[in-house]
Amino acid sequence: MKLEELRGKLVYQGLLLGGAALLTSALLSFFSQATEADIKAAEAADLKQSLSQVLPGEYENDLLKDTVTLTGKKGEVLVYRGRRAGKVEAVVYQVIGNGYAGNIVCVMGVSREGKILGVRVISHKETPGLGDKIEPAKAKWIFDFDGKFLGDPPADKWAVKKDGGVFDQFAGATITPRGVVNAVKGGLEFFDTNKAQLLDEAGTKP
Amino acid sequence: MNEKYARITKDGLWNNNVVFAQMLALCPLLAVTSSATNGLGMGLATTAVLLLSNIIVSSVRHLISPEVRIPVYIVLIATLVTLVDMSLNAWAHELYKVLGLFIALIVVNCAILGRAEAFASKNSVADAALDGLMMGVGFTLSLVVIGGVREIFGSGTLFANAHLLLGPAFAFLETTIVPQYKGFLLMILPPGGFMAVGLLLAAKRVIDRRHAERVEAAATVAAAS
Repeated sequence: MKLEELRGKLVYQGLLLGGAALLTSALLSFFSQATEADIKAAEAADLKQSLSQVLPGEYENDLLKDTVTLTGKKGEVLVYRGRRAGKVEAVVYQVIGNGYAGNIVCVMGVSREGKILGVRVISHKETPGLGDKIEPAKAKWIFDFDGKFLGDPPADKWAVKKDGGVFDQFAGATITPRGVVNAVKGGLEFFDTNKAQLLDEAGTKP
Repeated sequence: MNEKYARITKDGLWNNNVVFAQMLALCPLLAVTSSATNGLGMGLATTAVLLLSNIIVSSVRHLISPEVRIPVYIVLIATLVTLVDMSLNAWAHELYKVLGLFIALIVVNCAILGRAEAFASKNSVADAALDGLMMGVGFTLSLVVIGGVREIFGSGTLFANAHLLLGPAFAFLETTIVPQYKGFLLMILPPGGFMAVGLLLAAKRVIDRRHAERVEAAATVAAAS
């Protein structure tokens, strides 16, 4: 009975809204902290698995430990390097494409010669059933990049077919593959520009 | 008492089905039902949130002033969805990689707010829990049926990639209905979703009307004899 009266009061309603907001945000921040470590660990495990997919073969070092940070067009890029007999044989780094719904984060492996060893999408928010064909589990499309380099196809053909390039787009989703193709092309250009540092052959430079 | 539960169940599954009777949640529905598997994933995630939100809203219903109920419900639902999203990401990462796309879409599902407002805020916790569960199951079934129809006509398969969602044990669900199918893109795109929903809705109306006629005929016979 008393509660009924109280519910009509403006102060109660204000406090109720404030209380609900406070309670839920407290819960959210607590939960965010509780899950942060596990999410990071799961993503690191994912990254390691993706790295091994885009770098086929054996390397003598731990990829996650042999890294170098370079400045690319869109900010800093963390590069993982795989070595054989002390020489950098392949590098792996992240590239980010503009998808239909936010960023598409990919990793790409590039050999010493500048050839693509593999590309994988790590995270994206594309439309299920249309844009998600960039995942290897759903379609083979992402394997089209294997063995390609700047020159094969020539630079102006590094685009989806709709834009006059050589890569397929998906029925109903052009923006997603376009984002990935552009990101991979950008990644190869990044390799060309920073080749000496990537391959650890720049002499005394760190 | 049992009759009430039976009514809630029937309402959720058929009579007051989220999609085919209330016509709610069409936005996430059109986005994800391009295949039966996607529909199933979205349906399961929505059912979990619907069940939890109904229980919570029902248990605090005496505290909530009617004037501010909508913002309070929205905050509750958004929090729940975010919690589900974070816990799946942390502790069921494999599942999250499959379902993650759908979870953010649940926030825009007005059916959840609709049930909080229309049912949970007026009924006991047990009733609200059953209602949430049944509405969720009804929604899941609708999504699977719509997704199945669109998938069969659009790509010629049924439950493709089901093993990604449910585990390798469910790979047997994956069937190719039409081998060498060229695909019918319109059914995969959102217009195909509208067409599938429209035709299925019409089918449900026909079934309902036949049923009503039969009941009426039985009543007249009983009255005449």
